[in-house]
Amino acid sequence: MTTPPLAPPGWSRWLVPPAALSVHLSIGQAYAWSVFKPPLESALGLSGTQSALPFQLGIVMLGLSAAFGGTLVERNGPRWAMTVALCCFSSGFLLAALGAVTEQYWLIVFGYGFVGGIGLGIGYISPVSTLIKWFPDRPGMATGIAIMGFGGGALIASPWSSQMLASFGTDSGGIALAFLVHGVTYAVFMTLGVLLVRVPAGAVAEAGERGASAGERGAVPAGPQVSARQALRTPQFWLLWLVLCMNVTAGIGILEKAAPMITDFFADTPTPVSVPAAAGFVALLSAANMAGRLGWSSTSDLIGRKNVYRLYLGVGALMYLLIAQFGDASKPLFICCALVILSFYGGGFATVPAYLKDLFGTYEVGAIHGRLLTAWSTAGVLGPLIVNHVADSQEAAGKSGPGLYGLSFTVMIGLLLVGFAANELIRPVHARHHHAPAGAGPAPVPAPGKEPDAAPRRKA
Amino acid sequence: MLRPDARPDRRALTAFAWLWVGLPLAYGLYELVRKATQLFTG
Repeated sequence: MTTPPLAPPGWSRWLVPPAALSVHLSIGQAYAWSVFKPPLESALGLSGTQSALPFQLGIVMLGLSAAFGGTLVERNGPRWAMTVALCCFSSGFLLAALGAVTEQYWLIVFGYGFVGGIGLGIGYISPVSTLIKWFPDRPGMATGIAIMGFGGGALIASPWSSQMLASFGTDSGGIALAFLVHGVTYAVFMTLGVLLVRVPAGAVAEAGERGASAGERGAVPAGPQVSARQALRTPQFWLLWLVLCMNVTAGIGILEKAAPMITDFFADTPTPVSVPAAAGFVALLSAANMAGRLGWSSTSDLIGRKNVYRLYLGVGALMYLLIAQFGDASKPLFICCALVILSFYGGGFATVPAYLKDLFGTYEVGAIHGRLLTAWSTAGVLGPLIVNHVADSQEAAGKSGPGLYGLSFTVMIGLLLVGFAANELIRPVHARHHHAPAGAGPAPVPAPGKEPDAAPRRKA
Repeated sequence: MLRPDARPDRRALTAFAWLWVGLPLAYGLYELVRKATQLFTG
Protein backbone atom coordinates (compact mmCIF):
# COMPACT_ATOMS: atom_id res chain seq x y z
CA MET A 1 0.00 0.00 0.00
CA THR A 2 1.27 3.49 -0.87
CA THR A 3 1.57 5.79 2.14
CA PRO A 4 -1.02 8.55 1.84
CA PRO A 5 0.45 12.08 1.92
CA LEU A 6 -0.52 12.98 5.48
CA ALA A 7 -1.09 16.67 6.25
CA PRO A 8 1.40 18.15 8.71
CA PRO A 9 -0.02 20.14 11.65
CA GLY A 10 -1.39 23.49 10.48
CA TRP A 11 -1.88 22.41 6.86
CA SER A 12 -4.67 24.58 5.43
CA ARG A 13 -7.63 22.67 4.01
CA TRP A 14 -8.00 25.50 1.47
CA LEU A 15 -4.91 24.13 -0.29
CA VAL A 16 -6.80 20.98 -1.25
CA PRO A 17 -9.45 22.50 -3.60
CA PRO A 18 -6.79 24.09 -5.87
CA ALA A 19 -4.99 20.73 -5.91
CA ALA A 20 -8.23 19.10 -7.05
CA LEU A 21 -8.93 21.91 -9.53
CA SER A 22 -5.51 21.55 -11.17
CA VAL A 23 -6.48 17.99 -12.09
CA HIS A 24 -10.12 18.62 -13.02
CA LEU A 25 -9.40 21.77 -15.07
CA SER A 26 -6.90 19.68 -17.05
CA ILE A 27 -8.93 16.55 -17.69
CA GLY A 28 -11.99 18.69 -18.50
CA GLN A 29 -10.17 19.35 -21.79
CA ALA A 30 -11.86 16.18 -23.04
CA TYR A 31 -15.05 18.14 -23.75
CA ALA A 32 -13.08 20.43 -26.09
CA TRP A 33 -11.96 17.55 -28.34
CA SER A 34 -14.25 18.86 -31.10
CA VAL A 35 -11.67 21.62 -31.76
CA PHE A 36 -9.33 18.94 -33.18
CA LYS A 37 -11.97 17.22 -35.31
CA PRO A 38 -12.00 19.40 -38.46
CA PRO A 39 -8.17 19.65 -38.72
CA LEU A 40 -7.81 15.88 -38.23
CA GLU A 41 -10.49 15.20 -40.84
CA SER A 42 -8.74 17.35 -43.45
CA ALA A 43 -5.16 16.34 -42.56
CA LEU A 44 -5.74 12.57 -42.33
CA GLY A 45 -8.79 12.20 -44.58
CA LEU A 46 -11.13 11.03 -41.82
CA SER A 47 -14.92 11.02 -41.61
CA GLY A 48 -16.78 12.80 -38.81
CA THR A 49 -17.48 9.48 -37.11
CA GLN A 50 -13.81 8.47 -37.26
CA SER A 51 -12.55 11.77 -35.87
CA ALA A 52 -14.91 11.41 -32.87
CA LEU A 53 -13.37 8.03 -31.93
CA PRO A 54 -10.62 9.31 -29.57
CA PHE A 55 -13.20 11.26 -27.54
CA GLN A 56 -15.69 8.40 -27.46
CA LEU A 57 -13.07 5.87 -26.38
CA GLY A 58 -11.84 8.39 -23.79
CA ILE A 59 -15.32 8.68 -22.24
CA VAL A 60 -15.75 4.88 -22.23
CA MET A 61 -12.34 4.53 -20.53
CA LEU A 62 -13.31 7.27 -18.06
CA GLY A 63 -16.30 5.22 -16.93
CA LEU A 64 -14.40 1.92 -16.87
CA SER A 65 -11.31 3.20 -15.06
CA ALA A 66 -13.40 5.12 -12.50
CA ALA A 67 -15.52 2.02 -11.88
CA PHE A 68 -12.66 -0.49 -11.68
CA GLY A 69 -9.89 1.79 -10.39
CA GLY A 70 -11.87 3.33 -7.53
CA THR A 71 -10.75 0.79 -4.95
CA LEU A 72 -7.10 1.29 -5.94
CA VAL A 73 -7.55 5.04 -5.56
CA GLU A 74 -8.96 4.54 -2.06
CA ARG A 75 -6.16 2.16 -1.13
CA ASN A 76 -3.24 4.15 -2.49
CA GLY A 77 -4.42 7.67 -1.76
CA PRO A 78 -4.99 10.84 -3.78
CA ARG A 79 -1.33 11.57 -4.59
CA TRP A 80 -0.92 8.18 -6.24
CA ALA A 81 -4.17 8.70 -8.14
CA MET A 82 -3.23 12.18 -9.30
CA THR A 83 0.19 10.93 -10.42
CA VAL A 84 -1.43 8.14 -12.44
CA ALA A 85 -3.88 10.66 -13.92
CA LEU A 86 -1.04 13.03 -14.81
CA CYS A 87 1.08 10.29 -16.43
CA CYS A 88 -1.81 8.79 -18.40
CA PHE A 89 -3.43 12.06 -19.51
CA SER A 90 -0.16 13.69 -20.57
CA SER A 91 1.36 10.62 -22.19
CA GLY A 92 -1.94 10.18 -24.05
CA PHE A 93 -1.30 13.54 -25.69
CA LEU A 94 2.34 12.64 -26.40
CA LEU A 95 1.28 9.38 -28.08
CA ALA A 96 -1.33 11.31 -30.05
CA ALA A 97 1.41 13.74 -31.16
CA LEU A 98 3.48 10.79 -32.37
CA GLY A 99 0.41 9.44 -34.16
CA ALA A 100 -0.23 12.78 -35.86
CA VAL A 101 3.36 13.33 -37.01
CA THR A 102 3.60 9.78 -38.41
CA GLU A 103 -0.01 9.98 -39.72
CA GLN A 104 -0.93 6.80 -37.82
CA TYR A 105 -4.47 7.56 -36.71
CA TRP A 106 -4.79 4.39 -34.64
CA LEU A 107 -2.04 5.77 -32.40
CA ILE A 108 -4.05 8.95 -31.80
CA VAL A 109 -7.10 6.85 -30.89
CA PHE A 110 -5.03 4.61 -28.60
CA GLY A 111 -3.06 7.46 -27.04
CA TYR A 112 -5.75 10.06 -26.43
CA GLY A 113 -8.67 7.66 -26.10
CA PHE A 114 -7.30 4.62 -24.26
CA VAL A 115 -4.27 5.87 -22.30
CA GLY A 116 -5.62 9.40 -21.82
CA GLY A 117 -9.07 8.00 -20.96
CA ILE A 118 -7.60 6.09 -18.00
CA GLY A 119 -6.21 9.44 -16.83
CA LEU A 120 -9.68 10.95 -17.13
CA GLY A 121 -11.34 8.31 -14.95
CA ILE A 122 -8.66 8.11 -12.25
CA GLY A 123 -8.25 11.90 -12.27
CA TYR A 124 -12.00 12.48 -11.97
CA ILE A 125 -12.35 10.48 -8.76
CA SER A 126 -8.88 11.21 -7.34
CA PRO A 127 -9.74 14.21 -5.12
CA VAL A 128 -13.36 13.39 -4.22
CA SER A 129 -12.80 11.26 -1.13
CA THR A 130 -10.04 13.56 0.18
CA LEU A 131 -12.15 16.71 -0.25
CA ILE A 132 -15.05 15.15 1.62
CA LYS A 133 -12.69 14.25 4.48
CA TRP A 134 -11.28 17.80 4.62
CA PHE A 135 -14.70 19.45 4.46
CA PRO A 136 -17.06 17.27 6.54
CA ASP A 137 -19.11 20.40 7.24
CA ARG A 138 -19.41 21.41 3.55
CA PRO A 139 -18.94 18.27 1.42
CA GLY A 140 -21.26 19.55 -1.31
CA MET A 141 -19.34 22.79 -1.73
CA ALA A 142 -15.95 21.03 -1.68
CA THR A 143 -16.78 18.46 -4.35
CA GLY A 144 -18.69 21.15 -6.24
CA ILE A 145 -15.48 23.18 -6.62
CA ALA A 146 -13.60 20.20 -8.04
CA ILE A 147 -16.34 18.98 -10.35
CA MET A 148 -16.97 22.56 -11.53
CA GLY A 149 -13.36 22.36 -12.71
CA PHE A 150 -14.25 19.53 -15.08
CA GLY A 151 -16.76 21.86 -16.75
CA GLY A 152 -14.26 24.72 -16.65
CA GLY A 153 -11.57 22.66 -18.35
CA ALA A 154 -13.36 22.79 -21.68
CA LEU A 155 -13.88 26.55 -21.37
CA ILE A 156 -10.11 26.99 -21.11
CA ALA A 157 -9.07 24.35 -23.65
CA SER A 158 -11.50 25.30 -26.39
CA PRO A 159 -10.15 28.82 -27.16
CA TRP A 160 -6.59 27.84 -26.17
CA SER A 161 -6.46 24.84 -28.52
CA SER A 162 -8.07 26.86 -31.33
CA GLN A 163 -5.46 29.58 -31.02
CA MET A 164 -2.69 27.00 -30.95
CA LEU A 165 -3.93 25.32 -34.13
CA ALA A 166 -4.22 28.74 -35.78
CA SER A 167 -0.55 29.40 -34.90
CA PHE A 168 0.94 25.97 -35.66
CA GLY A 169 -1.20 25.18 -38.68
CA THR A 170 -3.83 22.51 -39.23
CA ASP A 171 -1.68 20.02 -41.15
CA SER A 172 -0.47 16.85 -39.42
CA GLY A 173 2.73 18.59 -38.23
CA GLY A 174 0.78 21.48 -36.68
CA ILE A 175 -1.67 19.11 -34.98
CA ALA A 176 1.25 17.03 -33.63
CA LEU A 177 2.91 20.13 -32.20
CA ALA A 178 -0.38 21.21 -30.60
CA PHE A 179 -0.77 17.75 -28.99
CA LEU A 180 2.82 17.93 -27.75
CA VAL A 181 2.32 21.35 -26.13
CA HIS A 182 -0.94 20.15 -24.55
CA GLY A 183 0.78 17.08 -23.07
CA VAL A 184 3.68 19.04 -21.59
CA THR A 185 1.55 21.95 -20.31
CA TYR A 186 -1.02 19.70 -18.64
CA ALA A 187 1.78 17.69 -16.99
CA VAL A 188 3.21 20.88 -15.46
CA PHE A 189 -0.23 22.18 -14.50
CA MET A 190 -1.32 18.94 -12.80
CA THR A 191 1.94 18.71 -10.87
CA LEU A 192 0.56 21.31 -8.46
CA GLY A 193 -2.19 18.89 -7.47
CA VAL A 194 0.27 16.03 -6.96
CA LEU A 195 2.49 18.20 -4.75
CA LEU A 196 -0.25 19.91 -2.74
CA VAL A 197 -2.75 17.17 -2.01
CA ARG A 198 -2.75 15.91 1.58
CA VAL A 199 -4.94 13.52 3.53
CA PRO A 200 -6.21 14.87 6.87
CA ALA A 201 -4.68 13.14 9.89
CA GLY A 202 -8.06 11.69 10.97
CA ALA A 203 -8.39 9.83 7.68
CA VAL A 204 -5.48 7.58 8.67
CA ALA A 205 -7.98 5.79 10.85
CA GLU A 206 -9.76 4.61 7.73
CA ALA A 207 -6.50 3.66 6.03
CA GLY A 208 -5.74 1.70 9.18
CA GLU A 209 -8.99 -0.14 8.80
CA ARG A 210 -7.82 -1.28 5.41
CA GLY A 211 -4.56 -2.76 6.50
CA ALA A 212 -2.24 -0.33 8.27
CA SER A 213 -0.81 -1.34 11.61
CA ALA A 214 -2.96 -1.01 14.70
CA GLY A 215 -0.67 1.69 16.02
CA GLU A 216 -1.57 3.95 13.12
CA ARG A 217 -5.27 3.76 13.86
CA GLY A 218 -7.03 6.74 15.30
CA ALA A 219 -10.66 7.45 15.99
CA VAL A 220 -13.24 5.50 13.99
CA PRO A 221 -15.14 7.86 11.65
CA ALA A 222 -18.66 8.74 12.77
CA GLY A 223 -21.83 7.64 10.95
CA PRO A 224 -22.52 4.63 8.73
CA GLN A 225 -19.50 3.31 6.84
CA VAL A 226 -20.12 0.97 3.89
CA SER A 227 -17.49 -0.65 1.67
CA ALA A 228 -17.66 -0.26 -2.11
CA ARG A 229 -18.32 -3.97 -2.58
CA GLN A 230 -21.15 -3.90 -0.05
CA ALA A 231 -22.61 -0.67 -1.47
CA LEU A 232 -23.37 -2.46 -4.75
CA ARG A 233 -25.64 -4.83 -2.78
CA THR A 234 -27.80 -2.02 -1.41
CA PRO A 235 -30.94 -0.67 -3.12
CA GLN A 236 -29.73 2.85 -2.24
CA PHE A 237 -26.79 2.58 -4.67
CA TRP A 238 -28.98 1.50 -7.57
CA LEU A 239 -31.69 4.06 -6.80
CA LEU A 240 -29.05 6.78 -6.80
CA TRP A 241 -27.61 5.30 -10.01
CA LEU A 242 -31.08 5.73 -11.56
CA VAL A 243 -31.41 9.28 -10.19
CA LEU A 244 -28.05 10.31 -11.71
CA CYS A 245 -28.75 8.55 -15.00
CA MET A 246 -32.16 10.24 -15.40
CA ASN A 247 -30.85 13.69 -14.43
CA VAL A 248 -27.90 13.46 -16.83
CA THR A 249 -30.08 12.12 -19.67
CA ALA A 250 -32.45 15.07 -19.23
CA GLY A 251 -29.56 17.55 -19.36
CA ILE A 252 -28.08 15.94 -22.44
CA GLY A 253 -31.56 16.25 -24.00
CA ILE A 254 -30.95 20.00 -24.20
CA LEU A 255 -27.15 19.98 -24.62
CA GLU A 256 -27.12 17.60 -27.57
CA LYS A 257 -29.24 19.79 -29.84
CA ALA A 258 -29.04 23.20 -28.19
CA ALA A 259 -28.03 25.23 -31.25
CA PRO A 260 -30.49 23.71 -33.78
CA MET A 261 -33.20 23.65 -31.12
CA ILE A 262 -33.21 27.39 -30.42
CA THR A 263 -32.99 28.08 -34.17
CA ASP A 264 -35.94 25.79 -34.93
CA PHE A 265 -38.07 27.16 -32.08
CA PHE A 266 -37.91 30.74 -33.35
CA ALA A 267 -37.48 30.17 -37.10
CA ASP A 268 -41.03 31.34 -37.95
CA THR A 269 -41.16 34.23 -35.50
CA PRO A 270 -40.42 37.94 -36.12
CA THR A 271 -37.13 37.47 -34.20
CA PRO A 272 -35.35 34.39 -35.63
CA VAL A 273 -32.09 33.24 -34.01
CA SER A 274 -28.93 33.66 -36.12
CA VAL A 275 -26.05 31.14 -36.18
CA PRO A 276 -23.74 33.32 -34.01
CA ALA A 277 -26.59 33.92 -31.54
CA ALA A 278 -27.18 30.14 -31.33
CA ALA A 279 -23.46 29.69 -30.57
CA GLY A 280 -23.85 32.31 -27.83
CA PHE A 281 -26.77 30.31 -26.43
CA VAL A 282 -24.60 27.16 -26.29
CA ALA A 283 -21.89 29.15 -24.45
CA LEU A 284 -24.45 30.44 -21.97
CA LEU A 285 -25.58 26.86 -21.33
CA SER A 286 -21.97 25.93 -20.52
CA ALA A 287 -21.87 28.77 -17.99
CA ALA A 288 -25.10 27.55 -16.38
CA ASN A 289 -23.73 23.99 -16.27
CA MET A 290 -20.60 25.21 -14.47
CA ALA A 291 -22.40 27.58 -12.11
CA GLY A 292 -24.85 24.83 -11.19
CA ARG A 293 -21.99 22.54 -10.19
CA LEU A 294 -20.79 24.93 -7.51
CA GLY A 295 -24.04 26.71 -6.67
CA TRP A 296 -26.43 23.78 -6.28
CA SER A 297 -23.97 21.44 -4.60
CA SER A 298 -23.18 24.18 -2.05
CA THR A 299 -26.93 24.68 -1.56
CA SER A 300 -27.23 20.97 -0.80
CA ASP A 301 -25.09 21.55 2.31
CA LEU A 302 -27.85 23.84 3.57
CA ILE A 303 -31.08 22.14 2.44
CA GLY A 304 -29.96 18.49 2.31
CA ARG A 305 -29.11 16.16 -0.52
CA LYS A 306 -32.53 14.59 -0.99
CA ASN A 307 -34.22 17.99 -1.19
CA VAL A 308 -31.80 19.33 -3.76
CA TYR A 309 -32.42 16.29 -6.00
CA ARG A 310 -36.17 16.89 -5.57
CA LEU A 311 -35.44 20.32 -7.04
CA TYR A 312 -33.30 18.98 -9.92
CA LEU A 313 -35.84 16.36 -10.91
CA GLY A 314 -39.16 17.99 -10.02
CA VAL A 315 -38.45 21.57 -11.12
CA GLY A 316 -36.45 20.16 -14.06
CA ALA A 317 -39.59 18.35 -15.28
CA LEU A 318 -41.56 21.59 -14.83
CA MET A 319 -38.99 23.51 -16.89
CA TYR A 320 -39.29 20.97 -19.73
CA LEU A 321 -43.09 21.31 -19.54
CA LEU A 322 -42.85 25.11 -19.78
CA ILE A 323 -40.56 24.89 -22.83
CA ALA A 324 -42.87 22.35 -24.48
CA GLN A 325 -46.02 24.43 -23.85
CA PHE A 326 -44.89 28.05 -24.12
CA GLY A 327 -41.25 27.92 -25.31
CA ASP A 328 -41.93 29.26 -28.81
CA ALA A 329 -44.00 32.16 -27.45
CA SER A 330 -41.18 33.78 -25.50
CA LYS A 331 -37.46 33.70 -26.15
CA PRO A 332 -36.52 34.79 -22.59
CA LEU A 333 -38.71 32.02 -21.17
CA PHE A 334 -37.09 29.42 -23.45
CA ILE A 335 -33.58 30.60 -22.53
CA CYS A 336 -34.30 30.79 -18.78
CA CYS A 337 -35.83 27.30 -18.66
CA ALA A 338 -32.91 25.81 -20.63
CA LEU A 339 -30.40 27.51 -18.32
CA VAL A 340 -32.16 26.16 -15.23
CA ILE A 341 -32.18 22.63 -16.71
CA LEU A 342 -28.45 22.85 -17.48
CA SER A 343 -27.66 24.18 -14.01
CA PHE A 344 -29.49 21.14 -12.60
CA TYR A 345 -27.51 18.88 -14.94
CA GLY A 346 -24.23 20.24 -13.54
CA GLY A 347 -25.57 20.27 -10.00
CA GLY A 348 -26.51 16.59 -10.26
CA PHE A 349 -22.91 15.63 -11.05
CA ALA A 350 -21.43 17.77 -8.29
CA THR A 351 -23.86 16.84 -5.51
CA VAL A 352 -23.71 13.08 -5.95
CA PRO A 353 -20.40 12.51 -4.05
CA ALA A 354 -21.86 14.27 -0.98
CA TYR A 355 -25.08 12.21 -1.31
CA LEU A 356 -22.93 9.06 -1.40
CA LYS A 357 -21.07 10.25 1.67
CA ASP A 358 -24.38 10.77 3.52
CA LEU A 359 -25.53 7.27 2.62
CA PHE A 360 -22.33 5.21 2.70
CA GLY A 361 -19.90 7.29 4.78
CA THR A 362 -16.37 8.31 3.84
CA TYR A 363 -14.84 4.82 4.17
CA GLU A 364 -14.71 4.06 0.41
CA VAL A 365 -16.76 6.93 -0.99
CA GLY A 366 -14.30 7.51 -3.86
CA ALA A 367 -14.59 3.91 -5.02
CA ILE A 368 -18.39 3.99 -4.73
CA HIS A 369 -18.43 7.25 -6.71
CA GLY A 370 -16.34 5.60 -9.41
CA ARG A 371 -18.84 2.77 -9.74
CA LEU A 372 -21.76 5.21 -9.83
CA LEU A 373 -20.23 7.02 -12.79
CA THR A 374 -21.35 4.13 -15.01
CA ALA A 375 -24.72 5.93 -14.82
CA TRP A 376 -23.05 8.83 -16.64
CA SER A 377 -21.74 6.53 -19.37
CA THR A 378 -25.21 5.03 -19.79
CA ALA A 379 -26.84 8.47 -19.95
CA GLY A 380 -24.20 9.58 -22.44
CA VAL A 381 -25.53 6.94 -24.83
CA LEU A 382 -29.21 7.16 -23.85
CA GLY A 383 -29.65 10.97 -24.01
CA PRO A 384 -28.37 11.64 -27.54
CA LEU A 385 -30.05 8.44 -28.78
CA ILE A 386 -33.50 9.58 -27.58
CA VAL A 387 -33.20 13.19 -28.75
CA ASN A 388 -31.70 12.43 -32.16
CA HIS A 389 -33.98 9.47 -32.88
CA VAL A 390 -37.13 11.36 -31.90
CA ALA A 391 -36.11 14.51 -33.84
CA ASP A 392 -35.32 12.43 -36.96
CA SER A 393 -38.62 10.52 -36.76
CA GLN A 394 -40.60 13.77 -36.26
CA GLU A 395 -38.86 15.32 -39.24
CA ALA A 396 -39.69 12.25 -41.33
CA ALA A 397 -43.31 12.66 -40.22
CA GLY A 398 -43.28 16.15 -41.76
CA LYS A 399 -43.07 18.18 -38.56
CA SER A 400 -40.97 21.30 -38.23
CA GLY A 401 -40.01 24.01 -35.71
CA PRO A 402 -40.91 23.28 -32.08
CA GLY A 403 -42.93 20.25 -33.25
CA LEU A 404 -39.65 18.40 -33.84
CA TYR A 405 -38.92 18.34 -30.11
CA GLY A 406 -42.33 17.95 -28.44
CA LEU A 407 -42.08 14.17 -28.08
CA SER A 408 -38.47 14.38 -26.84
CA PHE A 409 -39.54 16.77 -24.11
CA THR A 410 -42.37 14.47 -23.08
CA VAL A 411 -39.88 11.58 -22.82
CA MET A 412 -37.51 13.76 -20.77
CA ILE A 413 -40.33 14.74 -18.38
CA GLY A 414 -41.13 11.04 -17.95
CA LEU A 415 -37.49 10.18 -17.24
CA LEU A 416 -37.20 13.00 -14.70
CA LEU A 417 -40.33 11.75 -12.92
CA VAL A 418 -38.82 8.24 -12.79
CA GLY A 419 -35.71 9.80 -11.22
CA PHE A 420 -37.89 11.78 -8.80
CA ALA A 421 -39.63 8.59 -7.66
CA ALA A 422 -36.27 6.81 -7.26
CA ASN A 423 -35.01 9.67 -5.10
CA GLU A 424 -38.11 9.44 -2.91
CA LEU A 425 -37.41 5.75 -2.32
CA ILE A 426 -33.90 6.36 -0.96
CA ARG A 427 -33.66 5.58 2.75
CA PRO A 428 -30.64 5.23 5.07
CA VAL A 429 -28.57 2.11 4.42
CA HIS A 430 -29.48 -0.79 6.73
CA ALA A 431 -26.98 -1.59 9.47
CA ARG A 432 -26.31 -5.07 8.06
CA HIS A 433 -24.41 -3.38 5.19
CA HIS A 434 -22.27 -1.25 7.51
CA HIS A 435 -18.56 -1.92 7.70
CA ALA A 436 -17.75 -3.07 11.23
CA PRO A 437 -14.21 -2.08 12.35
CA ALA A 438 -12.06 -4.86 13.75
CA GLY A 439 -12.93 -5.45 17.40
CA ALA A 440 -16.02 -3.26 17.26
CA GLY A 441 -19.50 -4.48 18.10
CA PRO A 442 -22.38 -4.64 15.62
CA ALA A 443 -23.23 -1.37 13.86
CA PRO A 444 -26.20 0.51 15.33
CA VAL A 445 -29.50 0.19 13.50
CA PRO A 446 -30.69 3.57 12.18
CA ALA A 447 -33.89 5.06 13.54
CA PRO A 448 -36.85 4.11 11.31
CA GLY A 449 -37.91 6.82 8.87
CA LYS A 450 -34.75 8.89 9.26
CA GLU A 451 -33.82 10.09 5.80
CA PRO A 452 -30.82 11.88 4.32
CA ASP A 453 -32.98 14.87 3.43
CA ALA A 454 -32.41 16.89 6.55
CA ALA A 455 -29.72 19.53 6.19
CA PRO A 456 -26.63 18.34 8.02
CA ARG A 457 -25.43 20.46 10.90
CA ARG A 458 -22.53 22.68 9.98
CA LYS A 459 -19.52 23.35 12.08
CA ALA A 460 -19.16 26.95 13.18
CA MET B 1 12.80 32.61 17.64
CA LEU B 2 9.85 30.40 16.66
CA ARG B 3 7.99 28.63 19.44
CA PRO B 4 8.17 24.84 19.11
CA ASP B 5 4.40 24.66 18.58
CA ALA B 6 4.36 27.52 16.02
CA ARG B 7 2.73 26.57 12.75
CA PRO B 8 4.17 27.76 9.43
CA ASP B 9 2.28 30.55 7.67
CA ARG B 10 0.94 29.10 4.42
CA ARG B 11 -1.00 32.13 3.21
CA ALA B 12 1.46 32.81 0.36
CA LEU B 13 1.32 29.18 -0.79
CA THR B 14 -2.49 29.24 -0.63
CA ALA B 15 -2.63 32.46 -2.68
CA PHE B 16 -0.20 31.00 -5.25
CA ALA B 17 -2.21 27.78 -5.53
CA TRP B 18 -5.49 29.62 -6.10
CA LEU B 19 -3.86 31.93 -8.66
CA TRP B 20 -2.41 28.89 -10.46
CA VAL B 21 -5.88 27.53 -11.10
CA GLY B 22 -7.77 30.83 -11.01
CA LEU B 23 -5.95 32.60 -13.84
CA PRO B 24 -6.60 29.94 -16.54
CA LEU B 25 -10.20 29.67 -15.32
CA ALA B 26 -10.62 33.45 -15.58
CA TYR B 27 -9.28 33.28 -19.16
CA GLY B 28 -11.82 30.54 -19.98
CA LEU B 29 -14.65 32.53 -18.42
CA TYR B 30 -13.62 35.69 -20.31
CA GLU B 31 -13.72 33.80 -23.62
CA LEU B 32 -17.08 32.29 -22.62
CA VAL B 33 -18.62 35.67 -21.84
CA ARG B 34 -17.33 37.05 -25.17
CA LYS B 35 -19.06 34.21 -26.98
CA ALA B 36 -22.23 34.28 -24.89
CA THR B 37 -22.84 37.96 -25.67
CA GLN B 38 -23.40 36.91 -29.30
CA LEU B 39 -26.79 35.62 -28.15
CA PHE B 40 -27.88 39.21 -27.56
CA THR B 41 -25.90 40.92 -30.33
CA GLY B 42 -25.74 38.27 -33.08
